[in-house]
Amino acid sequence: MKKIKQSRFFQLPVLIGALLLGVFLQRSGLIDGMLFYWEDIVYLTKQHIQLTVISGTLAIVVGIPLGILLSRPRFIKISEWAMQGLNIGTTIPTLAILALSMSLLGIGFLPSVFGLFIASLLPIVRNTYTGLLGVPAHLKESASGIGMSPGQMLLSVEVPNAAYVIFAGIRTALAINVGTVPLAFLIGGGGLGELIFTGIDLFDTEMMLAGALMTALLAITVDILVAACTYLMVPRGVNPSRA
Amino acid sequence: MITLDNLTKIFDTERGVVTAADHINMEVPQGEICVLLGPSGCGKTTTLKMVNRIITPTSGRIMIDGQDTTDQDTVSLRRNIGYVIQQIGLFPNMTIEENISIVPKLIGWDKSRYLKRASELLEMVALDPAIFLKRYPNELSGGQQQRVGVIRALAADPPVMLMDEPFGAIDPINREVIQDEFLKLHRELKKTIMFVSHDIDEAVKMADRIAIFKDGKLIQYDTPDDLLSHPINDFVKGFVGRDRALKRLQLVTVAEVLESESSVVTADDSLATALQRMDAAGYERAIILVDGNKRPVGYVSRSVATTTNGNCGKHSFNLRTVVRPEDDLRTVASKMFTHDATWLPCVSEHGKLMGTVTQRGITHHLGATYKTSRVEGHDLQHMRVAT
Repeated sequence: MKKIKQSRFFQLPVLIGALLLGVFLQRSGLIDGMLFYWEDIVYLTKQHIQLTVISGTLAIVVGIPLGILLSRPRFIKISEWAMQGLNIGTTIPTLAILALSMSLLGIGFLPSVFGLFIASLLPIVRNTYTGLLGVPAHLKESASGIGMSPGQMLLSVEVPNAAYVIFAGIRTALAINVGTVPLAFLIGGGGLGELIFTGIDLFDTEMMLAGALMTALLAITVDILVAACTYLMVPRGVNPSRA
Repeated sequence: MITLDNLTKIFDTERGVVTAADHINMEVPQGEICVLLGPSGCGKTTTLKMVNRIITPTSGRIMIDGQDTTDQDTVSLRRNIGYVIQQIGLFPNMTIEENISIVPKLIGWDKSRYLKRASELLEMVALDPAIFLKRYPNELSGGQQQRVGVIRALAADPPVMLMDEPFGAIDPINREVIQDEFLKLHRELKKTIMFVSHDIDEAVKMADRIAIFKDGKLIQYDTPDDLLSHPINDFVKGFVGRDRALKRLQLVTVAEVLESESSVVTADDSLATALQRMDAAGYERAIILVDGNKRPVGYVSRSVATTTNGNCGKHSFNLRTVVRPEDDLRTVASKMFTHDATWLPCVSEHGKLMGTVTQRGITHHLGATYKTSRVEGHDLQHMRVAT
């Protein structure tokens, strides 16, 4: 109850502020300027989302199994090396990854997806791996002592207990992903980068802002979506946000 | 029944070869609790964990109910053995209901059956199913969690249970309560249980048999009473403690040393009668005063009876405390010390006098079980016992 009251207390000034900002933007002609590109915005946002969804899904589909595999006892010898390799991978700037990807696959949609996939793979693999290693040994002993097969143990004990950490990895990965998509424009992948970079080149603030604001909006939306998924999909007993 | 036959485990460590279990031979009879006891690193846990193959034996065999488990499939072997560990190991991602239902689900019970079973089991350990079924482990206290840990192991009704210091992490007061609850449960269910502990008091309380380990070897395997009265060497002697005779007190109940009180007085009897009866029965100090329902209400002391005239009702002392036949002698001894008494009356459920426990009787009983012709000693020293 107290929380609700507090948030109401803050809501009013925020609303008034937003209104004033809107009035100011409208009067300065910025909104009209941005709406001039509405068709482009819609088209490029679709492209942007497409790039994120495809590369993000690929990263999740590949990253989680890879993390699981590396956490298995029989891969323990190579897993530390593999994680080190992936760690070095993250130190490479995302722009460089896209450039490397272009030199391999040329320009266009495919190298963009590939570059984005590589850039968002690491947080997912790393969090899956460390999350699974962090499952307390006594839970695993208990699970195997009860007569679970390794597969049952993985699915009903290990993954659920690591889920919160895994989801945190996905959240980081998708945040990086959405923020990197504009760079894909540089290797011919399209997306909202087209408005941003062209806007910069042409000193067209409205054009640039149209792309930048939309990208920011997408980033926030994705973050909220993943947070909601975490809230709903991680069991209550191991979900700090539902404690 | 669990039989260990020349069971051996050798670990290859960086510091050389360690024999964690060295040709262990023992048998836990059907329906008994066997406590494996010893200092840390003595091989007790290794031995326990070889039974459900958490640790693979180097050599030797394990038989459960006469059946060699060596070639049995690990998963199905484990599903037939209840397993409780010190850290409890409830899965935090599952509700209590799901936790309890794991094994029944794995072996393919249908849903209504395992849900019913979960409620039943919770009721057995006095946790209300309506409240606890849908809770998560982190919403329970440590003691409640361990109760759930125990009933989860019992869920599919396995004939054998392994418990690795199950009550070690619980505070002393709750531990006592859970131990009592568990013993009660055990008397109903009669599982064959192997139980690791490093606490001699827990072992004496829980065990039908105690196995003492040292450096991977089984040193002595005996009933608690025999272990305490006849430790086979200095190590065992040291391990059970210098107060081992006192520890034996908790193994004996009042009923076993009860001396029937054939002579009593009522309030209307005269003190002369009281004195006469004391002499006749050979009571040195006092005689118990009972009411019309044979309930003890006080006692008349010999000194009063010899020096005063009158009736017993007026010259009696109040009873300071009474004991029940199922109390153990440790409780009795404690009450005796508290009230500075050398004897205490024992009453039935309805408060009727059943007899008395005397310090001498206790001493004789403990002395008599030192294996020297128990029956003869009993007869000599318990002249007043009528059985």
